[in-house]
Amino acid sequence: MSDTLVQPTRFGSNSGQPITRRDGIAKVTGAATFAADNHPDGVLHAVFVPATIARGRVTHLDIAAAKAHPGVVEVIHPGNCPKLAGDPESKNFMFAFRFDALQNSNVRYANQPVALVLAETIEAATAGAALLAPQYEAEPARVGLDGGVPYPIEIGAFGSPVQVVHGDIAAGHYAATKTVDVIYETPEQYHNAMETHAVVAHWDGDHLTLDMPNQAIVMSCAAYGFYFGIPAENVLIRSPYLGGGFGSKAFVNGPQVLAILAARMVGRPVKMMLRRDQMFGPTGHRGATRQRLRIGIDDAGSLTVLDHEAMATTSTFDDFIEGAANASHGIYAAPAIRSTHQGVRVDIGTPGPMRGPGEASGSAALECAMDEMAEQVGLDPLEFRLRNYAETEPGTGKPYSSKALRECYAQGAARFGWAGRPLAARQMRDDNGLLVGWGMGTALFPSPMFAAKARAVLRADGTGLVETAAADMGQGAWTVLAQIAADSLGLPLDRLEFRAGSSDLPDGGVAGGSGHTATAGGALHTAGQDAIRRLTALAVADPASPLFGAGNAGVFARDGMLHVPGDEGRSEGYVDIIARAGGAAIIGTGSAGRSAEDGERHAMYSHGAVFAEVKIDPDLYQMRVTRLVGAFAAGRIINPRLTESQLMGGMIWGISFALHEEARFDKRTGRIMNGDFAGYHIPVNADVTGLEVITVHEDDPHVNALGIKGVGEIGITGTVGAIGNAIWHATGSRVRRFPIRIEDLLALA
Amino acid sequence: MLSPLTLTVNGTRRDVMLDDPRVTLLDLLRERLALPGTKKGCDRGQCGACTVLVDGRRINSCLVLAITLDGAEVTTIEGLADGDALHPVQAAFIEHDGFQCGYCTPGQIMSAVGLIAEGQAGDDPDRIREGMSGNLCRCAAYHGITQAVLDATRRMDADSKRTAA
Repeated sequence: MSDTLVQPTRFGSNSGQPITRRDGIAKVTGAATFAADNHPDGVLHAVFVPATIARGRVTHLDIAAAKAHPGVVEVIHPGNCPKLAGDPESKNFMFAFRFDALQNSNVRYANQPVALVLAETIEAATAGAALLAPQYEAEPARVGLDGGVPYPIEIGAFGSPVQVVHGDIAAGHYAATKTVDVIYETPEQYHNAMETHAVVAHWDGDHLTLDMPNQAIVMSCAAYGFYFGIPAENVLIRSPYLGGGFGSKAFVNGPQVLAILAARMVGRPVKMMLRRDQMFGPTGHRGATRQRLRIGIDDAGSLTVLDHEAMATTSTFDDFIEGAANASHGIYAAPAIRSTHQGVRVDIGTPGPMRGPGEASGSAALECAMDEMAEQVGLDPLEFRLRNYAETEPGTGKPYSSKALRECYAQGAARFGWAGRPLAARQMRDDNGLLVGWGMGTALFPSPMFAAKARAVLRADGTGLVETAAADMGQGAWTVLAQIAADSLGLPLDRLEFRAGSSDLPDGGVAGGSGHTATAGGALHTAGQDAIRRLTALAVADPASPLFGAGNAGVFARDGMLHVPGDEGRSEGYVDIIARAGGAAIIGTGSAGRSAEDGERHAMYSHGAVFAEVKIDPDLYQMRVTRLVGAFAAGRIINPRLTESQLMGGMIWGISFALHEEARFDKRTGRIMNGDFAGYHIPVNADVTGLEVITVHEDDPHVNALGIKGVGEIGITGTVGAIGNAIWHATGSRVRRFPIRIEDLLALA
Repeated sequence: MLSPLTLTVNGTRRDVMLDDPRVTLLDLLRERLALPGTKKGCDRGQCGACTVLVDGRRINSCLVLAITLDGAEVTTIEGLADGDALHPVQAAFIEHDGFQCGYCTPGQIMSAVGLIAEGQAGDDPDRIREGMSGNLCRCAAYHGITQAVLDATRRMDADSKRTAA
């Protein structure tokens, strides 16, 4: 698994090679420039004042005290804040979320910005912000699934339906001879990328330059253009490196807008970097869920119904409902499947997509509930899942574009040593007397494509240049997209220049939804093909070329040359072809997306199986995940080294979901009590042992031309349930609330 | 009030006239000495992204006031490589894919260099994991980090034995 594979470079197949990250040297030497590392001349530092109430209004700010502090240049507050040209309450473009940017004195959630201080130094801005000492007229805060106001939602996450029904649900319930009817809960979680949201904003007349981490670089230009009343093409976003994103850096948020407003107001560049505690409010999160799962089976252990209802928290002023129940679609062969969603309005910032949005929370509940069903009829959890293996997509009957899940189950189980697992709980102990439990879960994540464009250039010197505004937030876009592009141009990587991460390049689409490699990679692939097609047209029409008359279809590109297959003598280098044609660079363009027709024809998912071992102290109930084996089938793997890292990262997010992460609210004030890394726990290095990833071979001729699915999010699915199930197996206690805590097990012991 | 301060940063003497006693070492490096390789992740000693070596010891630079460090020797991520030749820990992080987004990486690497110098973990993966647990990685590249530290420890050990012999 971690053995380093050293393979010779095979020209024309950069894809598939486990090359190291092309941005590796920059990242290990400190040379990689993240947004807040920029320090333009005359830059001012901005610090915002976070609200310490969750609902009400600001009645007083000690502006004089803040302004009197040496170094403070300006205090921006609702009384002097310029109005935005585009209304932040409007939602008139895709993925617009409402946000707060001092347009009024209202407070809608804790940590909402209520003022902004600009100063010559960070120290002065920080002190100035503290001196503002806001006073409030507070109203009672409504937080938590039971503290908010339930309401029927009109539209689900990302425009998905609120309810989807396949088959006859009532008949499915009636036909069941055994049933499970359980409620699972998941908490509010916060992305907490290591790099907080930062921005360096610089205005030049009505042109705006933004250094900021951004997962949707070109799309965001249109958004900022709208809010600031300038054409989208006047906005330049530079986002060469993102210090993590996980869904939180694809959208416009209040603090970043305020820093941009401030820069325009004072006519100087402004830098703002959110403090860690300020990340718990205005920059999105995963809403809490309460999920009811009703599962029915017949005497043969076959599902008769899978009925998944989810309720999720959102803000009082915008809608984003964690699509948890959607996780029950596409996975198990039940004749009747229902998913339905409901919202609860609470006084918090608006949630948004967070790694595995919907699927992560839904899979956690579903995989545990599936084990509860298996346990009731005395079936091995893997055997139960195999009995309900879906050969076609349940409900729609669509064939899968590819599905090597059976192989994932088999290879994962074999590597883990699943065979011989005792059916009953509390049967295994290790040499130290610790309780040992084994659990598993199925991993599933859709394989979407969005829209992207790219340009590919073959230069007179035989090198290539490719451009797309793709974003690398750690998933490895700088590397895997270059591998794809090099192949499309028939060049080795060291003869390719790859440009990305800036909005003045062709739109690379959104880095999210596990679709970036397929989409931006697809655009690069077609751009390269286009350039090669144009080059070929020149060569085959040129009597001086050995390729003369070969015809477009009869030529292929490899190692900087065009070749006629099967005829060694007939080949010519790009340099010679371009030189004879006058020396002008050959420019190809490309785009990628999925046609509705292709989407209708096949169901497209990445699949996997995760097996977990936990060890638990029989008296103190301390829990450790001691082994975690994930086997995943995700189409064509462009870079095995980086793919393994992505999948491992996702699985560790699964550990985090199962055992660590939870924002805890003070019900009196509506404030998060653990809004920093001391209180909001994520796994540390010592929490991660015995992690193994297997990638199962899968050829997918339907998903897209390159056969690429996605690996960014699937790792978290399956894993949470596997750990919950392993904890049950170790202890006999079924905890239906995440994260599972020591006190939960003590209460059930 | 101006406070004169002299530091050796990455082998170079830096004379600083500090106009504010509240400046942390982290902000001094990032905002005043043009060394932004050291990263801010929490500004309160909870994440380790700002780890640097001060007089050979790894510390969270966000928790130290610069004014207290007169005469100190500071090593940051920018000072680790020898020209184009990467430090063995840097090379091992690339080889073992011990990072994804790269934001916590300067801190991880400085922490690893400090840990190896402390000699308290040796080549025991469990002790390396424990010794590296002050450095959070949200991408969760922990497996690669552990392998990288293990590998670098062995390489540096072999190198020093070769030098001694």
